[in-house]
Amino acid sequence: MDFLRPDTLAEALAHKAGRPDAVPIAGGTDVMVELNFDHRRPAALLDLTRIAELRTWDEDDGAVRIGAAVPYARIIEELGGRLPGLAMASRTVGSPQIRNRGTVGGNLGAASPAGDTHPVLLAAGASVEAASTRGTRLIPATDFYLGVKRHALEPDELITAVHVPVTRAPQQFSKVGTRNAMVIAVCSFAVALHPAEHRVGAAVGSAAPTPRRASAAEEFLSAELTSTNQWESPEPLLDSVKRRFGDLVAEAASPIDDVRGSAAYRKHALSVLARRTLGWAWQDYAGKVA
Amino acid sequence: MSLTPADLTSAVAGGIGASPQRPDGNLKVRGEFAYASDLWHEDMIWGATLRSPHPYARIVSVDLTEALKVPGVHAVLTHEDVPGQNRYGLEHRDQPVLAEDVVRYQGEPVALVGADHPETALRALKRIKVEYDVLTPVVDMETAADERPLHPAGNVVRHVPIRRGDQRAEAEVVVTGRYEVGMQDQAFLGPESGLAVPDEEGGVDLYIATQWLHVDQAQVAVALGLPLERVRLTLSGVGGAFGGREDLSMQVHACLLALRTGKPTKMVYNREESFYGHVHRHPAVLYYEHGADRTGRLVYVKARIFLDGGAYASSTSAVVANAATLGVGPYDVDNVTVDCWGVYTNNPPCGAMRGFGAVQAAFAYESQMDRLAEALGMDPVDVRIVNAMSEGSVMPTGQVVDSAAPVAQLLKLVKDKPMPPLPAAVDLRDMPGGVSNTTHGEGVVRGVGYAVGIKNICFSEGFDDYSTARVRLQVINGEPAASAHTAAAEVGQGLVTIMQQIVRTELGVERVTILPMDTGIGNGGSTSASRQTYVTGGAVRAACAAVREKLVKLAGGRAPVDLVDLLGDDVIDETVEWRHRATERIDPVTGQGNAHVQYGFAAHRAVVDVDVELGLVKVVELDCAQDVGKALNPQAVLGQIQGGSAQGLGLAVMEEIQLADGKVRNPSFTDYLIPTVLDMPPMSIDVLELADPHAPYGVRGVGEPPTISSTPAIVAAIRAATGLALTRVPVRPEHITGT
Ligand SMILES: Cc1cc2nc3c(=O)[nH]c(=O)nc-3n(C[C@H](O)[C@H](O)[C@H](O)COP(=O)(O)OP(=O)(O)OC[C@H]3O[C@@H](n4cnc5c(N)ncnc54)[C@H](O)[C@@H]3O)c2cc1C
Repeated sequence: MDFLRPDTLAEALAHKAGRPDAVPIAGGTDVMVELNFDHRRPAALLDLTRIAELRTWDEDDGAVRIGAAVPYARIIEELGGRLPGLAMASRTVGSPQIRNRGTVGGNLGAASPAGDTHPVLLAAGASVEAASTRGTRLIPATDFYLGVKRHALEPDELITAVHVPVTRAPQQFSKVGTRNAMVIAVCSFAVALHPAEHRVGAAVGSAAPTPRRASAAEEFLSAELTSTNQWESPEPLLDSVKRRFGDLVAEAASPIDDVRGSAAYRKHALSVLARRTLGWAWQDYAGKVA
Repeated sequence: MSLTPADLTSAVAGGIGASPQRPDGNLKVRGEFAYASDLWHEDMIWGATLRSPHPYARIVSVDLTEALKVPGVHAVLTHEDVPGQNRYGLEHRDQPVLAEDVVRYQGEPVALVGADHPETALRALKRIKVEYDVLTPVVDMETAADERPLHPAGNVVRHVPIRRGDQRAEAEVVVTGRYEVGMQDQAFLGPESGLAVPDEEGGVDLYIATQWLHVDQAQVAVALGLPLERVRLTLSGVGGAFGGREDLSMQVHACLLALRTGKPTKMVYNREESFYGHVHRHPAVLYYEHGADRTGRLVYVKARIFLDGGAYASSTSAVVANAATLGVGPYDVDNVTVDCWGVYTNNPPCGAMRGFGAVQAAFAYESQMDRLAEALGMDPVDVRIVNAMSEGSVMPTGQVVDSAAPVAQLLKLVKDKPMPPLPAAVDLRDMPGGVSNTTHGEGVVRGVGYAVGIKNICFSEGFDDYSTARVRLQVINGEPAASAHTAAAEVGQGLVTIMQQIVRTELGVERVTILPMDTGIGNGGSTSASRQTYVTGGAVRAACAAVREKLVKLAGGRAPVDLVDLLGDDVIDETVEWRHRATERIDPVTGQGNAHVQYGFAAHRAVVDVDVELGLVKVVELDCAQDVGKALNPQAVLGQIQGGSAQGLGLAVMEEIQLADGKVRNPSFTDYLIPTVLDMPPMSIDVLELADPHAPYGVRGVGEPPTISSTPAIVAAIRAATGLALTRVPVRPEHITGT
């Protein structure tokens, strides 16, 4: 196995163009597990940890551009104010050790339906920045996830960053696991309020072959809030609205029965999470507007 | 005045009753302690194991040709290469070292590869061609006895009946229940590992993480066809055991490869392989009927218990005896009918795990006590106290409990503790679901539950249970120094500290070295059944007494003098074999007999917050009271109680090896969950020290009792919060939400 250690992004992209079979490694918290268990024996590893530009973030034009190799610990510490949902999701990932090494780029690269950042990226309207020697493109998160552990990158592309709109509006992330810390999601849910657009973003994780938006739930709630003029003068949400929202979120899922939970439980839990997180986000919003 | 042995001991620091630092503590905290997986030898090769993918299949053919061609491969072995008897087992030699014509569980070893690199070994494994004729596995413990026999004598490993009192007794209040216990794993962190080094004369030295050196040695020697003295074992660093290292894993395999290739051979399992490489806790199905009078006094208990032993017997016979003899719990019951069966299936083999049969029974009998309390409209603690056994009580086996049995007192202690307050503000770490942010208080209901349990301490039923200790005393650099040598396995529990403490107290010598544990000395017995402090502690103490006798002789009746002067250049070296009082096998028809050496008791109160909408649980408090006879090392005692309680918590709410048609669905720590610091609350613990006059220093085994009562207390608390029956552990969110 070759171990490629580029110092710059340009070098890395050149490597990837020359050897599309090279497996990128950032924090290694997914890759090393696969290697240790002999589930994968790539011909080459492409180490991204020396590339300084992948380890920085900056804010520009209403969005934060987070380098693909920025670890969760830094997102929690440095970006909690600007990107509340992503920071919340980051806090639920693994243990302190995993958060020190694991990255959003890696979460995207793995594209596991259970990855914790995905629902937030979908609900917040993020885009994935992909680069190759051919150029750079932005892939909306909605188009990024293609199947179980499959994503929209071309073989010669690397994820260089993720662009997440900065917001002061409430976002929430919540995941169910059968342990109170360090647990893979049985199912997860993110909600993001977009008051400027009079829109709500909502997405589910670990409840379908890919993370996915709950579009019917988004549309129902956005219409409901707009038609009742609630963005301008928020009222406590009717229980019936929260329930309908929860039901539509559950309907968006197509889960399976597996060792982590039953399909029926996942749907049930999603409806509860959706109701609760919406309640928290809305209460927060109402407090801010008032 | 003549000198007695007692005059020769002066108080030194770090003796019994103190909590001195562990000799291996600093190394372990710094990550410098050498575990078995760190073993290394120049020129060593690596062994790897080909395992059956099927729970039950006939082996049609095995083709090694391609594997042997892989460069770097030194040997590829099958059962045909086992020079001795291709059978081992703790109680019945029913398990092949390498499968012959049939595999009986998923993960059963079929062939071995030795290669100069672990990767090479894995590559070669993949090139071994095994043709299987797949058979339908037997997987249901309740019907296994009547299904296709997996072993010549049929599928019942052991049936233990207990018959006491009036078998037709009737009662005013009757409660019944069916309970299930899932398959728990020991989940020790240090995977199975060992290094076998061939000698020049056809023998072998094995460095190994195990719980019982001598029983390994005996089994390995038989399989290798070697006399015992040609197979020498030394304990390597053990990263936890909990029963999972009582059976052989790669012991014979590593030796076979080493002897065949003439090269030191190392084997280490990875986490997934570890799940296939050791026995688990027996899953159980338990049917109970309790009859009581209107005051809550038990009139009778009837139970039918099934334990799934999996493909091979391991220690199933003893687990069955425990579940049966301890099957009504720490209660006085005159009329008892228990039948307990341990059966063979094609599920993974099950054997020893902390609590050993008592855990399964306790979940059922304590659930029943709560049902009884409910039926009577009584407080669940009161109904237990009304029936609590005490010193002088008679067990269902007819055995009289002849030392402290403070069952009522333990229950009162946990009941009288102040209740934890409700959380004042939302801190996710205190919530069910924890930092995953699932509730800020919505759906959360608090519940409180109690349980008490009983465990036999030491080996039972006539087993010749002893330990051997050698203590040496001499002057080194002008200071008296002692050393202790045994073959009793330190698996993390702190036996090394206890032995030092005993020698310090008995000889008044501060400097005590604990020699490596190996088969160069007589049997130390198993590190299980909560027995090492009792038995090896007893042996070390007796060896110290023998040393003191020698000192008295040396002093020749003179008044006490300085040890250094008295010893001069002499070395006193005494080896003693020490055994606890004898037990007897129970009657095969009535289950009567003095089966057990000692009983241990613990009680828990669990306070839980349950998110009843999501089915998630936060154990808020898990307080315990336990009688330990004498706390030789109070800190180690607390450690055992905390660890045991945590393991019980795991069984209550998350730990299970999930099976489908005999196959393990979650052989990883990703999906086999064990409690984290956010799952296990800090504990308030009351330790009683009611000395057992029959035991050295009055000790009572500590390690297992807290595992037993923790599980049912937590489940009782979840029932109290939800109003649900919850008859299976672990309790899953689906059980609470009904989805
Ligand atoms: C103990 C433990 C607990 C965990 N808990 C969680 C959890 O709670 N929630 C969760 O979501 N995940 C969890 N994970 C999984 C893992 O930590 C996350 O998916 C993490 O985000 C991966 O990031 P990484 O940088 O370590 O990725 P790596 O392992 O380095 O890479 C992961 C994948 O992404 C690819 N990749 C990495 N960087 C790039 C890039 N720039 N461009 C293209 N492809 C790339 C790699 O080739 C690989 O396929 C856990 C893992 C462990 C070991």
